[in-house]
Amino acid sequence: MLVNQFLILAAVLFCIGVYGVIARRNAVMVLMSIELILNSVNINFLAFALRNGSVDGHVFALYIIAVAAAEVGVGLALVLLVYRNRKSIALDELSEMKG
Amino acid sequence: MVAQNIAFGIIAVIMVVGALRVVTVNNVVHAALWLVLVLAGAAAQYILLAAEFVAVTQVLVYIGAVMVLFLFGTMLTRAQLGKEKQLNNPTWYFGIPASLLLLGVMILALTSSFGDEKLPTDSELVSTQAISDQIFGPYLLPFWALSFVLLAAIIGAIVLARKD
Repeated sequence: MLVNQFLILAAVLFCIGVYGVIARRNAVMVLMSIELILNSVNINFLAFALRNGSVDGHVFALYIIAVAAAEVGVGLALVLLVYRNRKSIALDELSEMKG
Repeated sequence: MVAQNIAFGIIAVIMVVGALRVVTVNNVVHAALWLVLVLAGAAAQYILLAAEFVAVTQVLVYIGAVMVLFLFGTMLTRAQLGKEKQLNNPTWYFGIPASLLLLGVMILALTSSFGDEKLPTDSELVSTQAISDQIFGPYLLPFWALSFVLLAAIIGAIVLARKD
């Protein structure tokens, strides 16, 4: 197995996630795209851990999984709050802070 | 080695198709189910990368907990669970050149710096004991910080989602 096949797979997933963040209007869908991005980073960490023969990449992958879980929890609570106040979670309608 | 490459190819195709469906499908629940496929494929790739503990954690945390959160979030924020036309921004097409440009730059950088360098083939599975020795040894301070992050996230989510 090449190092690059994992890295390029991770790059493809990252770019699909970036497209989702830019293109999606629904806040829950944007959070899902962020999950794609975080997963591609994890694949990179584990590929480099195997390449360098070290355990540090595994530790960081576990930390990223924990931070992603916290992020989804807070993010969905925010989405819920916005929905309760606005009856909509379309991100382009949240423009109170526009100058 | 050939078997590993074939497994990688099949799982990679499944993951890329699933990820494309996540960002293009017009139904939030279907997108969540496609995301489950991508996350399971990622867990399989972790096993190919000799990281069984991370793979099991991925299945437990992502497919178990995060997906349930997503489905609950979908249920609580939407009146109907069917198709929705307004899932994309009016200017969604700007995402295509942006992500393709990013992908081109990344693939150029990766091929020029790693070329056809091979992963070591004689590596053993990383034992869970080795990971815990690292977490509770040199990485103890980030572990503490992470537990505070999780505590803050739990309290913050409760405070934000409370009714009154």
